[in-house]
Amino acid sequence: MILIVAEHAHGAARKSAFELVAAGRALATASGSPLAALVIGADPSSVATELAGFVSDVHVVADPGLEPMRAEMATRAVVHAAETLGARVVLVAGSRSGQSYGPRVAMRLGGAYLEDVTDVSYEGSDVVAQRPTYLARISATVRSQAERVVVSVKLGALAVAPLADTTGRVHQLDVPFADEDRRLEPGPREAAAKGRVALEEADVVVCGGRGFGSSEAFERHVVGLADRLGAGVGATRAVVDAGWRPYGEQIGQTGKAVAPSLYLALAVSGAVQHLSGMNRSRVIVAVNKDADAPIFKVADYGIVGDVLEVVPALEEALAGRD
Amino acid sequence: MTIITILKHVPDAESRVHAKDGALDLSGATFVIDGMDEYGVEQALRMREAGLDAEVVALGYGPASTTQALRTALAMGADRAILLEGDELHDPLTVALALAAVVRDEAADLVFVGGKQADWDSAALGPALAEALAWAHVDWTTAFALEGDAFEAVHDVDDGSETLRGRLPVVVTTQQGLNEPRYPTLPNIMKAKRKPLDTRPADVGQELMVVTGHTGTERERRREMLEGDARSAAAELVRRLRGEAKVLREEGR
Ligand SMILES: Cc1cc2nc3c(=O)[nH]c(=O)nc-3n(C[C@H](O)[C@H](O)[C@H](O)COP(=O)(O)OP(=O)(O)OC[C@H]3O[C@@H](n4cnc5c(N)ncnc54)[C@H](O)[C@@H]3O)c2cc1C
Ligand SMILES: Nc1ncnc2c1ncn2[C@@H]1O[C@H](COP(=O)(O)O)[C@@H](O)[C@H]1O
Repeated sequence: MILIVAEHAHGAARKSAFELVAAGRALATASGSPLAALVIGADPSSVATELAGFVSDVHVVADPGLEPMRAEMATRAVVHAAETLGARVVLVAGSRSGQSYGPRVAMRLGGAYLEDVTDVSYEGSDVVAQRPTYLARISATVRSQAERVVVSVKLGALAVAPLADTTGRVHQLDVPFADEDRRLEPGPREAAAKGRVALEEADVVVCGGRGFGSSEAFERHVVGLADRLGAGVGATRAVVDAGWRPYGEQIGQTGKAVAPSLYLALAVSGAVQHLSGMNRSRVIVAVNKDADAPIFKVADYGIVGDVLEVVPALEEALAGRD
Repeated sequence: MTIITILKHVPDAESRVHAKDGALDLSGATFVIDGMDEYGVEQALRMREAGLDAEVVALGYGPASTTQALRTALAMGADRAILLEGDELHDPLTVALALAAVVRDEAADLVFVGGKQADWDSAALGPALAEALAWAHVDWTTAFALEGDAFEAVHDVDDGSETLRGRLPVVVTTQQGLNEPRYPTLPNIMKAKRKPLDTRPADVGQELMVVTGHTGTERERRREMLEGDARSAAAELVRRLRGEAKVLREEGR
């Protein structure tokens, strides 16, 4: 069988869960095997009900130690479910969580790990996937050589699955957690800015770079434009290092990877490490006062100009007052 | 105590990297120590400089050229280095199993691993190594403090950051912000040449995941520059985004 591990937040499945359903359905059809979902958390019953509209069997592991997510707790739960249910392929989200327990699950199952893939399919009896490498400048084809395979799927890489015409069954699973699974003790958390669309789920991303010169200018122009567009806010490392914005908004090699329909890079130079987090975007717009900035090489539309003038002009044009 | 810091020798980010006929072409690339790995070396050195009684051992898996990354770590201040020599592998689980044997031999109880490899774009080695050792791991770490065998770490999670407390042993993967790695000084580069670097053949198993091809990801872009002053360029951009690109929904109006 094919097992997907559905992530959730605030009592609802994350978008990635439905991307996994889509990938899982395709694998299940290709191999003629059933598809099931696993939901783990403190009390994920509402998420299980939601997923039962998409998948015929939903397995639930409820334990307060699973929230916040701890890699070893999650590993125990996923490995137990995979073994009990006889899963051959386990699909997890390519989130920080999924990428934290995914390798452990694969190793404990004695299986292969296909990491952060943008596409996954069967070729004969092998699971084959595409994954970005070399700061996302190359896509490598990888092939599993093991009976069992754990696949983490890059956030936003796949279309979400449509609702199925089923009311799936929900099953409770008891997992024999060990003391060592709880050996790390979670302390205070700092949440990223709330009330805005999650960066990886945003259809439009407005990203600002060091060229804004101050956190006030960033706030006024980048956040202002993002709010008008219902977009996610992104930042370069230079901006994060300057303390203008939190790490959670950083896009690039060491930040998040996004692939929105529209990416606006404002006063961003376009360093390779930054490009690796946004080069899968469908349409890229760059505004930079330096006509030779590397960002223009990957832009669909470019404007050479001062962001402090172009962004207000853009706001005006959007408001239809041009 | 022994702190191991894991290193990889990777193409410099500015190097040209491309794929031709399914094969990867790295001929134009210069190789350097992975920037994310440097954070681990720096962290170990800072802990020792702050008074921790620790030996800092740089450990790399890979072909003989990996020695250069190990020498960089020695020049930064690591005490000795170990090269686990073997063919380039892509499967982090296979590499983790080979490295775990050395970590056990060295009786280390703290291991730093780069958060994300600049060549394989992989964040899996740290968690896989911890699993192979049956240790805990903390990933994307931006702060790490040790007192006795108790540590407190701050690390990035999906929705922000989180503090974690635990006890050694632990595998820690790095994230930018952890520290600012030092540059080796010339005298230290000279001194590093005399520090012990032990090369051992790696004992690796069958890879469970193999690479069968490569393609470039560069997309065709329009690369259209919109001319005029800020107002007319902005107006033209909005027209294009609504019209030909169809990526602006009208609710923005
Ligand atoms: C290991 C490692 C990992 C990294 N990971 C990341 C990562 O994840 N994400 C990331 O972003 N970076 C990352 N970097 C850093 C990266 O190399 C660049 O330094 C960074 O992206 C630069 O940010 P920036 O474009 O904001 O700043 P700059 O490079 O300083 O560019 C600012 C740009 O703004 C333009 N400008 C200035 N004023 C104006 C104005 N008024 N109007 C219009 N344009 C203006 C300038 O012409 C310039 O092009 C990493 C580096 C390393 C070594
Ligand atoms: N002490 C140093 N030794 C060698 N190279 C250095 C040193 N300091 C800075 N550099 C190089 O100078 C460039 C700019 O460094 P920085 O000013 O730290 O951004 C970097 O690419 C470094 O490689």
